[in-house]
Amino acid sequence: MPGKLKAKIVAGRHLPVMDRASDLTDAFVEVKFGNVTFKTDVYPKSLNPQWNSEWFKFEVDDEDLQDEPLQITVLDHDTYSANDAIGKVYIDIDPLLCSEAATVISGWLPIYDTIHGIRGEINVLVKVDLFNDLNRFRQSSCGVKFFCTTSIPRCYRAVMIHGFVEELVVNEDPEYQWIDRIRTPRASNEARQRLIFLMSGELQRKIGLKVLEMGGNAVVGYLQCFDLEGESGLVVRAIGTACTLEKISTLPATATLPSNSSPSKDIKEPVFGEEGPGVPLSSGPPTPLRAQTFSSFSPSKSYSRQSSSSDTELSLTPKTGMGSGGSAGKEAGPLKALLRQQTQSALEQREYPFFTLTSFPPGFLLHLGGVVSARSVKLLDRIHNPDEPETRDAWWEEIRQEIKSHTKALGCHAVVGYSESTSICEEVCILSASGTAAILSSRFMQDGPLETDHRLSRQPLVFSTGSERVDGDMGSTASLGFEEMVPPGCEFCHIPYDELNIPFPAQLTYCCCCRRYKVPDVLFTTIDLPTEANITGKGCLIQARLCRTKKKAQGEGNAMAISNLLPFLEYELHTQLMNKLKLRGMNALFGLRIQISVGETMLLGLASATGVYLTALPSPGGIQVSGKTPSDITYEQHISNMQKKINDTIAKNKEVYEINPPEVVEEIIGSPIPEPRQRSRLFRSHSESSDEVSEIDLSHGKKDAFVLEIDDTDAVEDIHALLTDSPTPAGFYSCNTEIMPGIQNWTSAIQMFTSVRVFRLNNVNLTNQGLNKVFSDLCENLLKSLYFKLRSLVPCCLCHLNFTVAIPEDELIQVAVTAVAMSFDKELTLENGKQSGDKSLKKENDEQLQFNLELNAEMSSSNLSSPKGLTEVGSHPSAKASSLEKASPLPEGRSRSLRSNRSYSGSSVAVVRMTPLSFIPGAKIIKYLGIINMFFIRETTSLKEEGGVSGFLHTFIAEVFAMVRAHVAALGGNAVVSYSMKECVFMENPNKNQAQCLINVSGDAVIFVRESEVEAASVHPQSAATQTSNGEGT
Amino acid sequence: MSVELDVFVGNTTIMDKEVYQLWLNGYTVNDAVTLRIEGGVMEECEVLLSDTMDQYRTFQMCERLLHHPAKLANQLLFQIPPDRQAMLIERYYAFDDLFVREVLGKKLSKGTKKDLDDVSSKTGVMLKSCRRQFDNFKRVFKVVEELKGPLVENIRQHFLLPDQLARDYAAIVFFANNRFETGKKKLLYLTFQDFAFCAGQLINNWTLGAVDNMMEDMDVDLDKEFLQDLKDLKILITDKDLLDQHKSLVCTALRGKTNVLNEMEANFKNLSRGLVNIAAKLINAKDVRDFFIDLVEKFIEPCRSDKWTSVDVNLYLTHYTNSAHILDTFKHHSVWTRYMGVIKSCILKMYHE
Repeated sequence: MPGKLKAKIVAGRHLPVMDRASDLTDAFVEVKFGNVTFKTDVYPKSLNPQWNSEWFKFEVDDEDLQDEPLQITVLDHDTYSANDAIGKVYIDIDPLLCSEAATVISGWLPIYDTIHGIRGEINVLVKVDLFNDLNRFRQSSCGVKFFCTTSIPRCYRAVMIHGFVEELVVNEDPEYQWIDRIRTPRASNEARQRLIFLMSGELQRKIGLKVLEMGGNAVVGYLQCFDLEGESGLVVRAIGTACTLEKISTLPATATLPSNSSPSKDIKEPVFGEEGPGVPLSSGPPTPLRAQTFSSFSPSKSYSRQSSSSDTELSLTPKTGMGSGGSAGKEAGPLKALLRQQTQSALEQREYPFFTLTSFPPGFLLHLGGVVSARSVKLLDRIHNPDEPETRDAWWEEIRQEIKSHTKALGCHAVVGYSESTSICEEVCILSASGTAAILSSRFMQDGPLETDHRLSRQPLVFSTGSERVDGDMGSTASLGFEEMVPPGCEFCHIPYDELNIPFPAQLTYCCCCRRYKVPDVLFTTIDLPTEANITGKGCLIQARLCRTKKKAQGEGNAMAISNLLPFLEYELHTQLMNKLKLRGMNALFGLRIQISVGETMLLGLASATGVYLTALPSPGGIQVSGKTPSDITYEQHISNMQKKINDTIAKNKEVYEINPPEVVEEIIGSPIPEPRQRSRLFRSHSESSDEVSEIDLSHGKKDAFVLEIDDTDAVEDIHALLTDSPTPAGFYSCNTEIMPGIQNWTSAIQMFTSVRVFRLNNVNLTNQGLNKVFSDLCENLLKSLYFKLRSLVPCCLCHLNFTVAIPEDELIQVAVTAVAMSFDKELTLENGKQSGDKSLKKENDEQLQFNLELNAEMSSSNLSSPKGLTEVGSHPSAKASSLEKASPLPEGRSRSLRSNRSYSGSSVAVVRMTPLSFIPGAKIIKYLGIINMFFIRETTSLKEEGGVSGFLHTFIAEVFAMVRAHVAALGGNAVVSYSMKECVFMENPNKNQAQCLINVSGDAVIFVRESEVEAASVHPQSAATQTSNGEGT
Repeated sequence: MSVELDVFVGNTTIMDKEVYQLWLNGYTVNDAVTLRIEGGVMEECEVLLSDTMDQYRTFQMCERLLHHPAKLANQLLFQIPPDRQAMLIERYYAFDDLFVREVLGKKLSKGTKKDLDDVSSKTGVMLKSCRRQFDNFKRVFKVVEELKGPLVENIRQHFLLPDQLARDYAAIVFFANNRFETGKKKLLYLTFQDFAFCAGQLINNWTLGAVDNMMEDMDVDLDKEFLQDLKDLKILITDKDLLDQHKSLVCTALRGKTNVLNEMEANFKNLSRGLVNIAAKLINAKDVRDFFIDLVEKFIEPCRSDKWTSVDVNLYLTHYTNSAHILDTFKHHSVWTRYMGVIKSCILKMYHE
């Protein structure tokens, strides 16, 4: 009996009226965990019931603690008929299982009903007592920390990065079970919500077990996804990077911390079980236990309904031999170009040397090869036995193998910024994986903790990125002086592959920073810009958008058609990206994410990335337009006009993004490829297509890449697309990476948002070009709207602009965006002292307000829960509704002009920040409280009454935000970082006045404090300030 | 081809003050877009339309919270900074003086609500906005009707309104409760602010709350006992000696201080009769309703026809009030002070030269 879960139901408020006669509600609560249910008394005739229940205690296995959510149901008691459910609250108690995370869940949580949405709130207290369990063969993995953040969390230090962990679980989708025909939509939705909660719990537990076996204590970059496969089932899968983390205990315990956070704990937390930070594991020989886990990816059996043709099967044959952890070592061939045998061997021990992280401790990333990606089209089949999800495992296995072999071809031994995704339409499923081939340092993969303080090594870099002019000099001094010690921020650009044996045609030059090593002319990656990178000017969001029609088809024919289209789609996306990059005068892409979405009659492709000018890489050439029929004069003129436009745009963009690299004498040295062709680093293929296809040269074949021949209708389109991208309005920048390269002085003003648009194509007979335009306009208009909405934050940058496209139905295109707008100070002053002084003053003010607010929240909540507060409420039955408000201190001297501190205290809800980034500008995260992973379904049968589809979705998204915030606040947090909306499936049936929507969100709940407070408390305020601000700026 | 669905949701709810005002004023989305284009915020209709629809939706969702402003502070659905919350509430409860002037003193009933389209066309305030304002009055009225304690403070606490706005609402509630006549032609020159000031005077001095330390009853009804006592003042006009004595005292005091002394002297008895009669009749609810019209007819109009200045009126009323205390047979000093204090300030406010 290794755990005791305790729950107490305190009170409710704002409940809906359930009894029309009295306009009141007789509410009681059921608390359920596993199969045990407790009930509170009925609190009669009140919309603000005070149950103040006893502690309900559940004695359970920790395995169940991990899998099951605590389910709280609020009901209206009815003497004569069945009790009506008001709504439910699911509480994920996982954060309470880790000693370093939250200790109690306490606060107001929205009561949610899948048909009516939020219906009031309930105040609960939840605690867990865990007993230590030293059983080696236990099935639980309590204590393993999970982070959505794709970098080393801010208040931790990576002792060791173990590598890739993955798992998937499958089940039947309750929505498609026979029983669904006779149960209510509500029951069906709730069954689904609950099942997904259970499955994610199970998944997390299983991943945790793998981490423990690898010797880690945390998963970073945890990415969990759902595949709603319809009839064939429900798949929940997750990937992540196992790490051993150690808490940095530099923070002095200050009195200013929100009271919920206990003062900083010891570094060495007793994490259940054998592993400690000092115990090296992953490189050891596979233990029996280890072998056992990996056997769950059993070798992919030849699966009859795979849509591949027979030659594909052949091409896959090497992979069928793979699969178990033991054989991975054999498979990995010797890497020719590489010196770091240690790293290599460490990595070879791993089945997949993949890392879901997108930014790394300095010095970890040595070289970047380029993007590797793989896609595969599969036909879905019913999952017969949920306990053996072999087929899905095998599919992913194939893809990962392919990624691995591409990586090798690029002379790299690891993949960073790795992610996986799917797109499903009826029975066809496209599986995609992508990442960036890289060579890593062995520092974090060997035994023993890392001893250097990486914050120090980061310090000079911020300065160098600020001043473009110095870059060249900096680089050269560095290369002369202490090249081995301090890399001048160009090392990662140096090619990892053998110059004489390049896997694809490329133009190489000497690095513009150090002039010692070769660099490619362009670099595409899926990761964030490394902190040490030298860049010139600012970056910007670059998107390639594409829409291709497809004939309606069924089964294998459909799958074939799709896999035949895919290479062309990718090729064109790549061309567009390349052109747009050139047009902006930049030479590298970071955070590249290519999404391909499949519908019945079309395929959508959306590639988003952040373009930058890497100082180390050569300056990009222009774009040349040429015509094939030079005889016609007007035609010539047309071309020269276009050429002029393009040249002007490039010049203008260089100005806008401040790209003025130091003039370098262009010296193209000894490139083995004589013709000056532009090359891509994008390596991709389809497992369905033959091997030749996967070798397709994505550069422009025989013609010069940046000569656009105008005769080609596609080219006309391309040029058109290039020039119609409307420029970002003044004061705005945008990127899809964590932060905007070239901007450092963020203010504390942030605004996270989600925007969703669905576009209906009424005109069925659209050409590809027409569709392209529609899709491109849709994205452009969405961006325009965002800029307009957020104009009050100018100067500001939209960071982590994450577009998700889907084809929910024939003729419908759905685009969802989640991002954060962060404003920054315009003056790029480098005088740190003055600036931080100014800022901290401002922030202090700001913070005081914030703090007041939180204090109030606590005061009022304690008022409510204290017996005194209760009697007070009870004594004025006539004014019950108002007495709650009275409990919170109301300002007295409120006047029309008074908008100062006093009127602020009117609010009793603590502010919770949300951001898709891993940090909060101007603040320091002092504690991670656990992962937030929530899944909601909302359905309506009165669509019109709820304001149509927009009204319905607007409310739902607002409700999801509210629930996330409430749960974070209940954990004692004041922010969610690395927030993402991973799923937003919207279905409507306007004729029946119905709509349904599923949303899945995740993030890390944290406690942050303003830097000004940290400064005030620390002994050396100045040094602390510079250090932390460096950290923020990266 | 059409946009089927278009939403934008911020973690901190984004609200544009300008659009909020358009919404409050009752403009449709399309009209609001046109106005915004004219205002020059942005040319692109599509972007503005999307933004405006979004904001309108947000406001509609907030509206039910605004009906109970205290809920806005502890609801979880929208994260709105406190200063924004205050702005939302203040503007939602703000009203057009023109509109309120039309319904002031009327019963806040369904019947009145039905006539709002006339009010709308008369005042130029959009019907939707009229309805909102009317419902606000009614809501505030209903809530404070049942509460003990000071009226203004109750309104401020329950609706989280700034002080001035709370006072205005108190006036509206007070007028609606006592059904003061404000719509007669002779009263049309008076603005809402004139009446609001008078209401403040009445609330502070003539209600039960004014004397009884706000314990038992509420501020919305006049102090019955006081009204009863007012009848005793009649002696000032029924007793001939007292009236003459009063007149001579006043006139002596005024000598040399005004240009309209003769008119004052000539009118003294008339004016005094008028004011004292008003006092004596206030015990009847019907006469309470006519309080303002009586003040105008019995005092303000005669003075105005004699071209008194405000200074003259002030001077006259001051001495008129004070001299009564010197009269040896006059015993009702406290009632007199309580009555005349309010009368004087009301008349001065209502006396437009």
